[in-house]
Amino acid sequence: MAPTVGVVTFPGSLDDRDAARAVRLAGGQVVPLWHKDTHLMGVDAVVLPGGFSYGDYLRCGAIARFSPIMSAVVGAAREGMPVLGICNGFQILCESHLLPGALTRNDSLHFVCRDQALRIESTATAWTSAYVPGQEVVVPLKNGEGGYVADERTLDELEAEGRVVVRYLGANPNGSRRAIAGIANAAGNVVGLMPHPEHAVESLTGPTTDGLGFFTSVLERLVHA
Amino acid sequence: MARVVVDVMLKPEILDPQGQAVLHALGRLGFDGVSAVRQGKRFEIEVDGPADADLAARAEQMAATLLANLVIEDFTVRVEG
Amino acid sequence: MTLDTVAVAAATPDLDQPWAALGLKEDEYRRIREILGRRPSSSELAMYSVMWSEHCSYKSSKVHLRQFGEKAPPSDALLVGMGENAGVVDIGQGWAVTFKIESHNHPSYVEPYQGAATGVGGIVRDILTMGARPVAILDPLRFGPADAADTRRVLPGVVAGIGGYGNCLGLPTVGGEVVFDPTYLGNPLVNALCVGTLRHGDIKLAKASGVGNLVVLFGAKTGGDGIGGVSVLASETFDADGPAKRPSVQVGDPFTEKVLIECCLEIFAADLVGGIQDLGGAGLSCATSELASAGSGGMHVVLDRVPLRDPTLSPEEILMSESQERMCAVVEPRHIDAFLRICDRWDVTATVIGEVTDSGRLVIEWRGEVIVDVPPRTVAHEGPVYERPFARPAAQDALQADGPTAGRLARPSSPEELRTTLLRLVASPNLAAKTWVTSQYDRYVQGNTVLAQPDDGGVIRVDPESGLGVAVSTDGNGRFTRLDPYAGAQLALAEAYRNVAVTGARPLAVTNCLNFGSPEDPGVMWQFAEATRGLADACLQLGVPVTGGNVSFYNQTGDVAILPTPVVGVLGVIDDVARRTPMGLGTPGESILLVGDTRDEFGGSEWAHDVHGHLGGLPPTVDLERERQLAEILVAGSRDGLLSAAHDVADGGLAQALVEMAVRGGAGARIVLPEDLDPFVALFSESAGRVVVVVPRSEELRFSDMCVARHVPVVRVGVVDGTALDVQGLFSVEVAELRHAAEATFPALFG
Repeated sequence: MAPTVGVVTFPGSLDDRDAARAVRLAGGQVVPLWHKDTHLMGVDAVVLPGGFSYGDYLRCGAIARFSPIMSAVVGAAREGMPVLGICNGFQILCESHLLPGALTRNDSLHFVCRDQALRIESTATAWTSAYVPGQEVVVPLKNGEGGYVADERTLDELEAEGRVVVRYLGANPNGSRRAIAGIANAAGNVVGLMPHPEHAVESLTGPTTDGLGFFTSVLERLVHA
Repeated sequence: MARVVVDVMLKPEILDPQGQAVLHALGRLGFDGVSAVRQGKRFEIEVDGPADADLAARAEQMAATLLANLVIEDFTVRVEG
Repeated sequence: MTLDTVAVAAATPDLDQPWAALGLKEDEYRRIREILGRRPSSSELAMYSVMWSEHCSYKSSKVHLRQFGEKAPPSDALLVGMGENAGVVDIGQGWAVTFKIESHNHPSYVEPYQGAATGVGGIVRDILTMGARPVAILDPLRFGPADAADTRRVLPGVVAGIGGYGNCLGLPTVGGEVVFDPTYLGNPLVNALCVGTLRHGDIKLAKASGVGNLVVLFGAKTGGDGIGGVSVLASETFDADGPAKRPSVQVGDPFTEKVLIECCLEIFAADLVGGIQDLGGAGLSCATSELASAGSGGMHVVLDRVPLRDPTLSPEEILMSESQERMCAVVEPRHIDAFLRICDRWDVTATVIGEVTDSGRLVIEWRGEVIVDVPPRTVAHEGPVYERPFARPAAQDALQADGPTAGRLARPSSPEELRTTLLRLVASPNLAAKTWVTSQYDRYVQGNTVLAQPDDGGVIRVDPESGLGVAVSTDGNGRFTRLDPYAGAQLALAEAYRNVAVTGARPLAVTNCLNFGSPEDPGVMWQFAEATRGLADACLQLGVPVTGGNVSFYNQTGDVAILPTPVVGVLGVIDDVARRTPMGLGTPGESILLVGDTRDEFGGSEWAHDVHGHLGGLPPTVDLERERQLAEILVAGSRDGLLSAAHDVADGGLAQALVEMAVRGGAGARIVLPEDLDPFVALFSESAGRVVVVVPRSEELRFSDMCVARHVPVVRVGVVDGTALDVQGLFSVEVAELRHAAEATFPALFG
């Protein structure tokens, strides 16, 4: 049976259908998960998609993290289930403390949508094993609150432990500390990133197909689990 | 009926681009001598019951759990009668 | 204060009423009294005043807009024409597309962010009410001079508002324009176009039929937003000293609208709704009167049931409120539970506020008393119709006679002068890269964007299986229209039509946003009359019907009206988006061909405007038959896979088109200008009916034959090559330098 990936929809989620498309293109099956659900329907992995859950009220992801589904996600993540947080999903993972640090307003104060050059620095995670370490890719970035911050100790720890998964190349698009675009937890099953790999899966609609690797990685991992 | 005011500010070491923008705008508008601006949030919360230490403790919990992200923000709580 | 009920009104016929302060004219007030057979209650007065305002009733424009219906070309593709919230076009394979453009000009001057944001919100709701999923937006914008202080106030706010609202809704912004002109200072134009997709069977109309069916108000709660906004803002111009009127503008919440969209789509999918209307200008007054008027003819509403954000609102204020993100649906009693259950799932407030009747009257109660009892048609569809006087301005002849001839305006001729002119125009605000603006919009959400700005048209994939898609473009040259409103409107259509065809899509239908000055000025009214006549005639000739649109009058400060600016949106269909024609120069060695006729035509041109500050003469010649053939060639060329790239020639002429193609593709070209043309004319003339195409050498003959067969001139002007735009015998500019010049302007102006 093909591995199943749950994609969560919160009120205000936008890229849930795009994440689902990416999973399907990578060969997986998708199970839509509703924010009010209390269990994960037996999925093998979870994607928290991009968007403006709860309108970004209070802080991005601050309200979504208390959704019923998140208790299940946090529990499963601690047990090793692969969880990917994209953009708003990354914000929710930080608010849930599944990942350290926080995302703040872009230093330019503008929303920025651009085709962003990135370097995949760690392929030791459930979501990046299909890449080659140091691989340079181009993936759309679109956010207003994408500046990653954490205290120096945390940043040093992330670097030392190889948990910086994705880094911005070229000019820093949003003021993220150490140009960090995405990070992983210690176990490597939880990854959060600001860029949108689900928008780089078809040459017709994206700048490249470089994003597909995130989804093929986890499916590979699950098939051989 | 009691009221609690919670002020949430970014920690000093966190970049505050909105505060910066306000600072520059004040300068352009001719307000001299302004050296720094930080922007934060203020929550006004009405609660049943008396304005006592218990309420202050509950408000601190509200702030720590939801109103502030302790990774990047600090808060103060003030109980009003 | 005692409630002014219908009963009280009948008993106190001589009470003085503030009809003038509400924007009504005396004869209109008299007419209301005639219709009702008594004086109106204050609620009824509020309803009529708002619904009969220029913005809602189109009273100055109706007589001219009729032409769009009278001269409508026969079209198999039209499923829903004018008169509904938006037009609907059949694109094949059981798919339909709905699209419409609207303005939110005055509110954007007062509060740029919220004005623009709520403009997006409003047009998206119009599309939603047709039963469609909104899939894309385009934003044609016009501002005062780029370096004016007020432009620096308005432009960033407008762009942030469109991005803030559209991005949060999950709608990609795929096209639009940013144009600067002194006449827009104080009168920015913020037009928003929305496209939605639906299956044929899903079309919804705005009518309340079926006696006993329930009227449900759902979405955001009602507050004091924009009270009087519509009638006050859109029917009066601004005083010369500034925005003296500051009525409450509407404040939007895109999250609420996003949730509303998803909730509605679920409701539509379950087929629970008979008629549906969104609450836009004139709020509840409009929704109830329009639904009642279009359906069985009667409605009974209990206003007390309207959920309020502000409990102090009076019934008049509730009726006039323009709180955003609200919809009104007509639901059969057997479906209401399911309807409310879906709303509950999405945490959307929903309340039954009334029911459909067969009384032929719209009756509204408040606290048990009848405060409104009117024939709904008289409110919604039988408003005043003005035949405003119009006259060609005395100065028009002199304007047209003042052509940009070589004698009148010094022309560059030496290679050095031509090079300098090119770089100057490339960096001029109207032609410069708009990346500063467009990078604030999400173009990727929904994953179906195939082409987006700076490409000629936005192309959206509709069916992922077959690749069926649509292309949309908006255009509208105010300078051309000022010189000759009839021709200018036709040129606007021609350009949007051409831009759609350039992507490989077949143009099908039209929407328009007519932005003009005061209709009380006979000269402005003449511009409007001529422009609508020109547009209607052109739509007929090109076979693309107008499906709906919007009129914005009173865009003027004191005596100075804006350039008459008819913004035309054209929608086309493409069988397979994979075949769309991109814009950039790519493979070295491919041939660059110029299709169409180039004449010495600089009236209203970017060159005359930017270099000489001159506006005079005539706009470029209109040749609609040529445009039609050109479109055929482009669509066939795309379908047959002949074209590597294509781009239309418009503002800035051939030079600008080549620069844009080079920068877009990151490749240079060796250009040989046609020998029979003066180089200045060849490079910068703005003759219409032209495109630049890039074809592999192997396809050049086949493509040329297609042109020759249609008597359309085609000439090779160059070849893709190198890293510079090298105009042989004249000058050369590195693509990197062109890109830098184009991209430096906006950041320098706006930060």
